[in-house]
Amino acid sequence: MSGSLVFAWSGVLLFGLGLFGFIAHRHLLRRLLAFNIMGSGSFLVLVGLAQEGRGVDPVPHALVITGIVVAVASTALALVVFRRWYRASGRTDLPEDT
Amino acid sequence: MIGLWSVPLLFALPLALGILSLLVVPAWRPRLIFVGLPLLAAASLDVLAGLATAGPQVYRLGDWIAPLGINLVVDGLAVGMILMTTLVATLCALYARVYLRDHPPASSFFWPLLWFLWAGMNGIWLAEDIFNLYVGLEVMGLAAVGMVALRATPQALAAAMRYLLAALLGSLAYLLGVALLYAAYGTLSMAGLHEAATNNATTQVALALIILGLLLKTALFPLHAWLPPAHGGALTPVSALLSALVIKASFYILLRLWLVLGPEVTPELTAQLLGVLGAGAVFYGGWMAWRQHHLKQLVAYSTVAQIGYLFLFFPLVTNTSPEAARLAWDGTLMMLVAHALAKAALFLSAGNLILAVGSPQISHLVGISRFRPMSLFSFGLAGVSLMGLPPSGGFTAKWLLLHSAILSGQWWWLIVLFLGGLLSAAYIFKVFRMSFREGPQIDRSVTPPLTLDVVALVLAASAILIGLFAHLPLHWLRMGSVLGMG
Repeated sequence: MSGSLVFAWSGVLLFGLGLFGFIAHRHLLRRLLAFNIMGSGSFLVLVGLAQEGRGVDPVPHALVITGIVVAVASTALALVVFRRWYRASGRTDLPEDT
Repeated sequence: MIGLWSVPLLFALPLALGILSLLVVPAWRPRLIFVGLPLLAAASLDVLAGLATAGPQVYRLGDWIAPLGINLVVDGLAVGMILMTTLVATLCALYARVYLRDHPPASSFFWPLLWFLWAGMNGIWLAEDIFNLYVGLEVMGLAAVGMVALRATPQALAAAMRYLLAALLGSLAYLLGVALLYAAYGTLSMAGLHEAATNNATTQVALALIILGLLLKTALFPLHAWLPPAHGGALTPVSALLSALVIKASFYILLRLWLVLGPEVTPELTAQLLGVLGAGAVFYGGWMAWRQHHLKQLVAYSTVAQIGYLFLFFPLVTNTSPEAARLAWDGTLMMLVAHALAKAALFLSAGNLILAVGSPQISHLVGISRFRPMSLFSFGLAGVSLMGLPPSGGFTAKWLLLHSAILSGQWWWLIVLFLGGLLSAAYIFKVFRMSFREGPQIDRSVTPPLTLDVVALVLAASAILIGLFAHLPLHWLRMGSVLGMG
């Protein structure tokens, strides 16, 4: 197994772990962390798998930078909504989730 | 390339207006629409004129060549969606300017979010590569979540959070699918994928991830749980924008990718499964809509149901005769546009009825027909299109889908079309039964501003008119599309 495939498989593993955390946890902060792990996983797949057998490719790198910007913006928005929700309700999870 | 100057303006303009509206004092934010709306309408009409004279084209942003540059596709489908967005968003903006006067904190952030939402949607309609579709989805999705949270009540915040989690999960599944496709074929362009894609495990896994992610974002039954609280609980103009336009964007991507990858890769089973889920949505959404006690929750569940009809597209175009596929294409797009107009009208007129009686409960509408006939008339006209009665857009769409189902020998979808119409009639008439019941003879209801009633009526009337003049939009929508060529 070549180096880039190691990255790709780690990415798949991280995505799976993140997905598990996203579904299993109820605490919104944990779910948000799980989302970020899933995101990192998909970025690793994007870069690692595209390099397999073709050498370094700048396009996935550009995509991943855009992806990181999107992930940061989504995380920031989620944190704001979460804080407002916590202040309004005193809960760290969503109502029907208990 | 001459005459296409307005193509990049379609998302540069809303982006600029979004940033500008954050810079000016809140009192000025609503006034920016008097600059923005005419400019966007002019740009949309110019793109339509370009399509009508020069036919479908690809626009290279800044003349850079893909994959470094970004290609925008200007075909009939994209232009149709742009015109639909311009019409519905313009009317919702006019409605919001009046409606939000009673909601000062929400009104200062509604306007920047509206422009960002618009930029995201126009970016999706025009994108030619699967990564820019992702970027457009995110710009639109984050703005939509912000709009749901505008009301800032605990319920609205919980709905926004749930919506955000669903949207994020959907985007990541989509992104992983994009990563697999790029790794396999070394291209992001849809035209490139259409040529290169072969039937192998990578493509199948990628397509499965993309379909799952987009189904979650489109809220197809049984992944719809986030939709009713988000759409039903938001401010009225937000509900209209989300239900009419935002969910269509993820469906649009699904439609395009299905045409690009579908014929080579997808087994007929997947297409039938999507159709069955659509049928489930029609029945479950209709049944739940009928059971609601809150007017806007009823309308939100009606969206869950109407999404189902769109998914009948997949079984009707996969391995069927070209004639059946063309009818299914026409019917699905007519359904999409008619639903956008009718659902925006239904939400806005429901908002007017709620303003009039001062309560979201359907049971409090007793006797309102005597005092607010105009609000109720818009609700009824929109309802006619949702039920699929002639001569509305909803009827034309169902008629085309029905013919396609008969031609392709898939009679079981007729049951869905027929029973779905009956269920919509049941929940629309539930509202009417209350309104026409004799109540107190004294008018205690508030009169909503005239603009609000007029906007709702214009949208409802267009939902009917599009059925009468269906051939022209359908002709445009076929230009340059994969099926339209054949």
